[in-house]
Parts: sequence; structure tokens; C-alpha cells
Amino acid sequence: MTHVNIQHQVMWDRLITIVEEQAQTLIRTGFSVSTREAGDVSAGVFDLQGRMLAQAVTGTPGHINSMALSVRHFIEKFPTEEMVDGDVYLTNDPWKGTGHLHDIVVVTPTFRDKKIIALFACTTHVVDIGGIGMAPDGKQIYHEGLFIPLMHLFKAGKLNETLIDFVHHNCRESKQVEGDIYALANCNDVGGKRLVAMLEQYNLDRLDELAETIIESTRAAMRKIIRALPKSKVVNEMTIDGYDKEIILKASFEVRDDAVVIDFDGSSPISDFGINVPKCYTDAYTSFGVKCVIAPNVPNNAGSLAHIIVEAPQNSILNAPHPCAVVARSSIGHMLPDVVFGCLHQLLPDRVPAEGTSCLWNLRLGAGHGITNRDPRADPDKSTFTAMSFHSGGAGARPMKDGLSATPFPSGVRNVPIEVLEAITPIVVWRKELRQDSGGAGKYRGGLGQTMVIENREKAEFAIFGTFDRVKNPARGRDGGKPGATGSLKLASGETLKGMGRQAIPIGNQLIINMPGGGGFGDPKKRDPKKVAADVKAGLISKTAAKRDY
Amino acid sequence: MSIGLAIDIGGTFTDAVLEVGEKRYSAKVLTTKKNPAIGFLTAASRVIALASVSAADVELIIHGTTLATNTLIERSGSKVGLLTTHGFTDSLEIAYEHRFDQSDLFMERPAPLVPRHHRLGVKERIAADGTILIPLDEESVLEAALRLKSENVESVAIGFLHCYANPEHEKRAATLVESILPDIPISLSSRVSPEIREYDRLSTTAANAYILPLMKGYLKNLEKLLDDAGYSAPLLMMMSSGAMTTVETAQEVPIRLVESGPAGGAILSREIAAECDLREVLSFDMGGTTAKICYIDDYQPQFSRSFEVAREYRFLKGSGFPLRIPVIDMVEIGAGGGSIATVDELDRIRVGPNSAGSSPGPASYNRGGIHATVTDADLTLGRIDPARFAGGEVTLKPELAAAALMDNVGSLLGTTSEICASGISQIVDENMANAASVHAIELGKKLEGRSMIAFGGAAPLHACQLAETLNIKKIIIPSGAGVGSAIGFLKANIAFEVARSFYTDLRYFEPNAINQLFHAMLIEAETVVKRASGDNTLVEKRMAFMRYRGQGHEIPVPLVNQNLNCSSATWLTQAFEKEYKRLFGRIIPELTAEVMTWSLTLSTDRGLPEPNISRLEKKQLRSQNFRTVFDSSNGSFRNTPIFERQELSIGDWVTGPALIVEDETSTYVSESFSAHINNLGYIELLLREVQE
Repeated sequence: MTHVNIQHQVMWDRLITIVEEQAQTLIRTGFSVSTREAGDVSAGVFDLQGRMLAQAVTGTPGHINSMALSVRHFIEKFPTEEMVDGDVYLTNDPWKGTGHLHDIVVVTPTFRDKKIIALFACTTHVVDIGGIGMAPDGKQIYHEGLFIPLMHLFKAGKLNETLIDFVHHNCRESKQVEGDIYALANCNDVGGKRLVAMLEQYNLDRLDELAETIIESTRAAMRKIIRALPKSKVVNEMTIDGYDKEIILKASFEVRDDAVVIDFDGSSPISDFGINVPKCYTDAYTSFGVKCVIAPNVPNNAGSLAHIIVEAPQNSILNAPHPCAVVARSSIGHMLPDVVFGCLHQLLPDRVPAEGTSCLWNLRLGAGHGITNRDPRADPDKSTFTAMSFHSGGAGARPMKDGLSATPFPSGVRNVPIEVLEAITPIVVWRKELRQDSGGAGKYRGGLGQTMVIENREKAEFAIFGTFDRVKNPARGRDGGKPGATGSLKLASGETLKGMGRQAIPIGNQLIINMPGGGGFGDPKKRDPKKVAADVKAGLISKTAAKRDY
Repeated sequence: MSIGLAIDIGGTFTDAVLEVGEKRYSAKVLTTKKNPAIGFLTAASRVIALASVSAADVELIIHGTTLATNTLIERSGSKVGLLTTHGFTDSLEIAYEHRFDQSDLFMERPAPLVPRHHRLGVKERIAADGTILIPLDEESVLEAALRLKSENVESVAIGFLHCYANPEHEKRAATLVESILPDIPISLSSRVSPEIREYDRLSTTAANAYILPLMKGYLKNLEKLLDDAGYSAPLLMMMSSGAMTTVETAQEVPIRLVESGPAGGAILSREIAAECDLREVLSFDMGGTTAKICYIDDYQPQFSRSFEVAREYRFLKGSGFPLRIPVIDMVEIGAGGGSIATVDELDRIRVGPNSAGSSPGPASYNRGGIHATVTDADLTLGRIDPARFAGGEVTLKPELAAAALMDNVGSLLGTTSEICASGISQIVDENMANAASVHAIELGKKLEGRSMIAFGGAAPLHACQLAETLNIKKIIIPSGAGVGSAIGFLKANIAFEVARSFYTDLRYFEPNAINQLFHAMLIEAETVVKRASGDNTLVEKRMAFMRYRGQGHEIPVPLVNQNLNCSSATWLTQAFEKEYKRLFGRIIPELTAEVMTWSLTLSTDRGLPEPNISRLEKKQLRSQNFRTVFDSSNGSFRNTPIFERQELSIGDWVTGPALIVEDETSTYVSESFSAHINNLGYIELLLREVQE
């Protein structure tokens, strides 16, 4: 440890702050609900080899780890030596970006004294990208909207107006989408300016030495962690609902000398619907799950990601090629940490939670022509709207701790207040409460799901765009823990709806959404009786369930 | 000659400041945790003795306390029952359905202040526009009240959906509850926080109910003790907004007293900014446990309408309870003299957020502390005089500091205690700089061209390095920095802010409804402010909290104090776009704006000091005293001159590196800065490259 080491450390901390500023700028100026309310953005700084040096800690690990790979595709198409100051690039290519067309990745080179020194990249989920919207009912990528290949957004400072014109004519809410694109470019600029200021303060003209320090010390930490793991190969399998047929997610987990290798060989083939996962997104959630267990405190950068190798056979649902439909790839991608945990539990029994709801139970609601049955001549006063609100079932119980109720994992989004949803739509929510007995029984209880009851105040239909899993296949418990309750979508009049796809709720009817619970951990009979009594007193479990399960 | 007394009760110390005309006296005593009123009276009697006046001579007493905050942090409040809309009893627990730490599988959210079996649903429902969808079922209210009675709750909170748009159900429910629980205080969400977003509003109301019985008891007792001790002056309470209010109001909405101490510091900074004519200021307050940074533009501290208290994971955003109350906006960082240094898995030095506090304190306190702290680092670097730390209250032991540095950091990294100390000092400064710059982005502020006002025991030691990193070229260290918050109390206005959510899409603008709303808000604010303001002239400030349709965050837009009419929608849009552009650099054409919340503040106007800057005859000083102090810029110890602040006079000038020592703190002048005493007696530090 010397004076120079300390300086590197200070600069490393600064880089993390710079990307945090970059992300905050995007959150403050972005438009889509997922950007603002949920922090569903990512931001990072890369060296000229396309290695991610630092990332902002935001709501969605899926973005960041796939964006980490994306920058290399840009460098391949637009070599850094040909980049000039004022260039800005973008794409929403699901296979070279972050997994579906709604995510736009923007990359900006940063210059000091006319020399390129680094690249800033960021991603956000835009409100709309055309096509059939956010439902997984499409069968090819062509149904899902506008595809923007890797191209210039600005060329030497000059805006690509043709692109903006295409966006304008291909997206609903196009003003907001354009606004988001500018916000992306703007936040990269903020990062670039701060980076140049840092280099000036330390009188440096390049990042290379710092980049080496960051990558090398991260790799050293990862190597140390991996070498301490038991050398073995384990497998795990999990079945989930899918769109029209069940899907098997199978993984082997092998600890090698300097890396862990997760291979999804044996998983189901591609789906006919929009729940397919491009490989970059599989990589992202798999490595996130692994890192949460084995190296939660090691910074996430190219150095740490290099030690987690992910394989998935071509044409499997976890390595779906173009032109598969991919819009709801998160409903599968969010399940991958659970699959990985099932492997890791065999190696590190005290560090891995039981399965949870894992996929989000987001409410995408809408009404109006083209969304619900509507004759504008007969119903001129009825509102047309689309709305999105983020919700979650229960998370899996942990070794030594109950699971979190109504809390997302692996995603990290936040909900939208009911009062806000009701202020901007004709929707009324009659109930939003924890769902009794939904948490899987165990020495440590799974997190509870929640129940929501929703109606349209206007005498009109409304539609739900479902992307819900764990309706048929529950989150399983671990070490003798029981599974969590499955979820369901029902009408107050009694009919059951599907978990996936667009469905209309008839006039005057109420939609009842029961979100799944997390799995339990350990034998329920071993649960501290005081905790059982407290759960009964709080109404989290019924007396009947207490007698039956504990 | 007016005589004003200010008492600031903090976690460790209780500070008293007495102003007798132009003269100021101060005292510091240890906080008496069991009954803070005792420390209050001890500090007060000490300071009136210093000034040779009697209790009866004091004309005004202003009081700020951390009691409200501590009650929430320590979970030592009352047993609360909550009545809420049927179907929403879990809002308080479900919160934002979020994880505040992405990769921590073992994260826990804070348990709600009201347990589930004390959260009862009542049949009623109001829509977003205030219309009644389901009338209040009075039977279910009475039933719930009886249930709470049998549970012996000590305080009741009532919070129904959309009550900001129509408070009738809450009011009626309160009357019914009172009939069953006549002696139990009731907090209504439509009174405590009438703003949209049910979780935030319920959280604020529950927190108010939680601390109310305790605060009420404390204030009643304090008034009695003051009376017994011969004080006859009115007692006013500092609020988190940096304004004062009566004890009566404080007992109704004690939640507004949270974080009143730091607010006093920001008020002091505002005064100094005005005196020194600094239009853009970063106020930097660093003490034993935390550092607080506040932005002050045009002599106005940044205000906010939301705040998070009692963070479960120290300083981690999202791990506490949201409060919707008017506050002076501050970013609080786990960076103080007691912050503990460790080494992480990547052999990097980490500082904070954990703190050794005052007991056992840093290793060098010699009270059994074994951790290496920022104070231990500063001592090892030679920047603190061991004999004079905190006015000689604690004699520091440098050998213990060096040993702790080696045990906790140096031996792990294979380096010397001096390199460790230098690393810790740089890292803690970097932590503060990083928090300050991210917060500037969040607020849409720029750092270039800003001046810094630094106070609190540890700030003058770290101000130069922080300023350099943030590209700040001028620093003011005021006199009396150690009791800065209490001094600030004496400069505060009497004010009250009222906010109401009333959703307005500007395409369907109804000026009359809004005018009526403002009229009602004005009456409410007047009732509160006039309890204390007497004949003073009052000024009114109106704001609209606006956003583009569908956005998630609102920005404050100042309004003129007059009735709105049909053409005001256009004006509002323009005002919003102007603010939006100022904050974010651009507007979004063709998108309509909407108003979520309206607010009105009524305040006395004591005015700010006139700028009082005169050119100085500068006199370069040379010191006879030297100490070896570590110079981080080249990584070695240097013989560094030491100056006694008391012996410096206006115009005296020294160039860095140098140390200016005083009883409560020391100012480290780094090599890049020079220091002089300005015409107000403050230390002014200037970056050497910009000196005249």
C-alpha cells in the first residue's frame, strides 16, 4: 500500500460516484414509469476495450450485466479509433442490447484533449416501442415493435433526424420516447464531464492504469473466493408455467480453478410466444444470482463478471435467436437466480434462500379502442388509458430469517402508490393486503404474497396484460420447507383467467389478483412456537394452517 | 437590549447560546438522556450566569431537540392503533415493495411502527376526486375503537385513502373514536400530512402518533420546570423546516420537530451567506458521527417536502420511514470524527458509516475504544493538538491512535500508521465529496463557483480537501462554530407551511376550487403562526408541485400570492417549464403539465443581514510555533506553523500549510489554500490560484 494505491482507490470510488450521478440524471429526467418510479435504468463507464469499470447501483441487475456486454458490440461496429467527439450511438437490438426492444442502450465516447479516453453507456426501458405493446402474445420480434440496429444518434454532434422521425411514427406516446432518448444521451454527457474533471484533478491523460488496478484487484478477490468453494459439479432443475406449456429450466453448476461455469443444457426449447430470453439476458440474471451468494461485496465490473461463465444451448429458451419474440423475457429471466440457488445450496447450504415468486406481478392495465371492445360512437365519455404499476409476491425464506413479503427479487423495483394510480386512471383498487397463508411453511416462513382487487369506475371494460408465472408451479421450499401458495387471476363473478396474455375484464366485474408466496426454509415443526403464535396473532397465518403445518 | 436564549439538545451535547444585545455567550453540557429537561436547565443556568443576567430577564427561549428523532430511531414511542380504509391495513407494512440493497439476500425492512393486529380497517371509501364511493360505516369505527381500547393503545392514528381530497370521513371517525377513547390523542392524516401517496402519508401520521404522548409529556414538564426556575419568557420550538412554532403546535404535530438541530445550522449558514454576500453556498457541518451537507442559493436553504428518518441500514436510502413534512433538505453522510475505518475484501480502506460515538469513542480517547477512527487519523497526521481536543474535555493519546491504525488497517495492508491515516483522511473526504456531488445532481444544482461554509467540530479539519475535490475555491469558518445550530435558532423566523394535494390537470383547470383551497390553507397557517408572531408582519409564499403528465416526481414551482383565474393555466405551464428547464436543461414540447400538491407558507420576516464586506489591509503572519503535520499532497511530514485563532486579528493572513487552533476545533489550511481573518472575524480560506 502506497500513496499511489490510495490515489487509485480514491479515483475508483470517484468513478462509482460518477456513474451514480449519470444514473441519477437519467432517473430525474426520464419518462417511463419504470425509469422514474422503479429506477429501472443502468449506467456504467467502460474502458476502450469495452470492459465495464464501474456501474451505478440501480433497480435492475438484468440491464446492467447485459449492457456490460453490449458496449463490445458497439466497438466492433464502430472502432474506437474512428469515433469523434460528439458521436453518440444507440440500439435496442435485444441480442446486442439488454434483451427486448423496449430497452434502448446509448453509448457515448468521452474525449480529453481530442483523445478518446473512455465510453459511457446507459439503458432505460421506454414507455412504448410500437408493435402489439408489452404483452407476450406476439410470435416473432417483428410483432413487438421498432427494431433499431446499432447506429449513430448523433454524428459529430449532429442529430440523426431520420431515426427520430422513425421513432416518432412507430411508437405510441412518441414524445415521451424521444424524451427518454435525449435523457439517455444527456446522462452520458454528465458522466463524461465528471470523468474529464477527475483526470484533470489528478493530472492524468488516460484511464488505463486505473482500469488495470480495478479489473485486476477485482479478479484477485474473485479468484480467492472461487478457490475457497468446494470443487464439484451439481445440478438443479425447476419447472415453471410458461405461456402455453410448462418450461423446464435446468442448470449444472461447476466450480473450476478460477471460474464457476453454469450450463443450462437440458432446459426447454424456444417458446412460440414472447417469453424467450436472449443469451445476454440469461448471462445477466445468472451472474447476478451467483454473485449475490458467493461475492455480494465484490464490485460488479468486467473483472467480477469474467469469473462467472454462462452457457446455454442455441435454440433453447435461454438462448433464443432472432427472430424469436422476447418482450416478456424477464418473466423467465427473473427465475434464473432461483435455478442457480438450487445448485449453490448443495455447495453452500447456509447461504441460499428458498425459491420465491421471483417474476414480477406488474399490473399493466388499459382500456380504449384496440385494447378493449369499445365503440367510440356509443361511449364517447369513456377514458382511454394505459397504466403500469409494479407489484410483487413473496420472496423465499432465508437460512435464519423469514422471507420478505410482497418484495421483489431478483428485480429491485418499487411500486406506484394506489392513490397516484387512481388519480390518473378511472381504476379503483378495493383491496391491497397481504395474503394470509400464502407464505410457505418452514422453520423460517416464506414471504407472503398479496391480494389486490381492481375495478373500472367507469361502465367500461378494461384489460390486463398478464406476464405472470407461478400460477401452476409454486415456489418450492428448501431443506424440508413447504412451497409457497401459487398465484391466481380471477373475476369476482368466479371465472379464472390465465397468467399470461391480454384479457378483458367485463363491465362491472372486479379482477382479483392473488400473488404467490415464497417457499419456506427448514422443517416447519422446528419453527419457534413463539413465532407461530405471533404470526397467528398478526393474521399472517390462520389458526387452521398453524395446526396443519406447524 | 433584547435577551434571547437558544437551547439545542443533541445526541451527545446540549448547547446553550444566550444573546444579550450584540453579545453572545455559550455553554456546552452533556445531554441528560433520561430527562433531557435537566440538561436544558443546567446549560441555561450556566449561560445566564456567564452573562450575569437572571432567568426572569430572558425575553425569548428557542428550543430544538433530537428527542423526536431518537424516539423513532430507538423505537421508544407509544403503543399506537391505526384506523385505515378497509382493504388497506397493510399499506404501512408493504411500503414501496422495495429492496434498498440489491445484492443483500439477508436484508430486512424496518418493522412498521404499528403492528398488524393494531391496524384496523374501517368500511368507507373516497375516490381520488373526493367523491364518496362508500359512506363511512360508523358501526365499524366504533367497533375498531373498542378493540383498540381493549388493547390499551396510547395514541391513535387515522388515515383513509384520498382524505387529502376530502377529510370528512377522517373527521367524523375522530369524533367517534373520541367518544370511546376520550383521553387518547388522535392524529389525523388529513391534518398531519394531507398529501397524495398513501404509504408516505400513513407513515408520517403513524410516526406523529408514535412520538406524540412522549413529546407532549416532555414539553409540559419542561414548561413547568422553566416556570419553577423563574423563566417567564415564551418558549418556541424549532422545526425541521428551520422555522419556529409554539409549544401548542409542537404538541399537535410533533413530527415537524424531527431533525430541528441540523436545521439550525443551515439557518446560521444562511445568515453568514448573506453577510458575506455569497449567493451560492454549500453548507458543511461535520461532527462526531455524521456530516451534513446543505445547498443554500440566494440565501435560501434548499427545502424539501419529504425526508426519511430512522434508517435501518445506516444512511442507506430507502431503509427508513418516509416523512412528508417541510424540511431543510440535507444529505447526511456517515462521516464524522468517530467514523470507523476498516479494510474490505479487495484490500481497500473503507470509512464509516459505523461510528465509535463518544463512548467508547476513538481509540485515542483512551476509554476502551479499539477501532481506528477519523479522529485517530487526524491526530496521527498531526492536525489535532492532543491536549486541546474539544476544549480540553478529552486528552487524546497519540500512541493509542497509531496502535489502532496499525491493528485495524496497517497490518492488513502492510503499511505504516501514517500512510493509513492519510488514506483514511482522503477516503472520508472523498465519501463526503461524492455524496455532495450526487446530491447536487439530484437537486439540479451545480457545484462550480460555490463557496463553502464549514462548522461543527470536525469540519474545519476536512474543509480544504473537500473543497478542492468539489472545485470550491472559497471557504468560510465562522466564529462559534461549535454551537452553530443554537446560534442559528436565534436567527429563525416563526412560520408554518400547509400543503394539500389537489390533483389538477391543466387542460381542465378550475381556478375557483384552487382559490378556495388556498383560502382554507391561509386560515390554517394563520391560526398557527399568530399564536407566536404577535403583531409582526407576515409574508406569504405559495407553491405548486408540478410534473409532466405521468412523471413520477414533482418539482416546486413558485406562484404569485393572488387568486388564480382562467388564464392562469397558461401562466402555470410557463412557470413550470421555466423551472423544469432550470433543473434539467430542457423542456418536453407538447406534453401537458399537472399539479399534484399546492402549498402555502406564512412566515414572519426578520430579514437577513446586509452584505458587510470591506477590503482589508492584509498582513502576512509568521508563526513562532511549529508542529510536524502530514502533507497528503506529497505523502510526507512537514514542519507546519501553528496559529492561535484568538490571537489573530482582522486582516491577518497566513499561507498553507498551516494550522489555526481554537478551543472547539482546528482549521487545517492545506498547501493549496491561504487563510485570513475577514472583517466579520471569520476565517476565510481561498484557493491560492485564485487569490487577488
